[in-house]
Amino acid sequence: MTAIEAPRTPVRPAPKRGINWEKWGWIYMRASGVVLIVLIFTHLFVNLMVGDGVKAIDFGFVGGKWAHPFWQWWDVAMLWLALIHGANGMRTLVNDYTNPGLVQKALKGALFIATAALIVLGTLVVFTFDPCPAGSPADLLPSFCSAV
Amino acid sequence: MPENSAGTLTAPTKPAKQRPGGTLYRGREGMWSWVLHRITGVAIFFFLLVHVLDTALVRVSPEAYNAVIGTYQTPIMGLGEVALVGAIVFHAFNGLRVILVDFWSWATRHQRFLFYVVVVLWVVTMLAFVPRHLINVFSH
Repeated sequence: MTAIEAPRTPVRPAPKRGINWEKWGWIYMRASGVVLIVLIFTHLFVNLMVGDGVKAIDFGFVGGKWAHPFWQWWDVAMLWLALIHGANGMRTLVNDYTNPGLVQKALKGALFIATAALIVLGTLVVFTFDPCPAGSPADLLPSFCSAV
Repeated sequence: MPENSAGTLTAPTKPAKQRPGGTLYRGREGMWSWVLHRITGVAIFFFLLVHVLDTALVRVSPEAYNAVIGTYQTPIMGLGEVALVGAIVFHAFNGLRVILVDFWSWATRHQRFLFYVVVVLWVVTMLAFVPRHLINVFSH
């Protein structure tokens, strides 16, 4: 008979020296989770509940929001916090449902690459966005484009 | 029935309640909150991957962004958004429950009660969101 380990028995004990990354990951999930509730609930309220909700979302709507640095930083904060929170959660599932080895390494590698790529892409999009691209029909653009 | 004849040997007045021993969570509210937290978390993660990519289309052209975001405004996707918001709201409230259970001994003892608080808050939030959202989706 093999004894069943107590729940949450670590595969490796926490290192005695240096940074305990699992502990900080655990803390991050809770700290980022609380902040994300405020960020995402507001995001959903502003985009889905106010006015015509999802029907009002188009290029002009996004351009109007990102004309304000407030919403640029709001969305970038959501991007970073949510992707890292989600990827770390997925890492927990990979640890739970795969054995140590090549498959587990490949899955974690894929999670890391997807997360890093989307964080870089999303951050660049928010801060290099042009709300009034030349040559686009005016009726697709935010109303302030015609005033410039 | 054979069960009855065997039962008379041990003479239980009523069958013992089936409950796994030595565990706080298994098979009850704690387990189901954990299962739902996982499923909603994975679903939200994959939506997030797609959502960053569709939003990135604003950097391609207004036409490209409007074409893709237009597919989010169809009735079927409108119902999908109800499911998405439902998953997010559950994950949010149950996440707060997890934090309370971790840090506050009263909440650890009353984690089952707190699961029903999560369910009630979820229902209230969805009652505020779903009619409003479906009117937007179906009436324009």
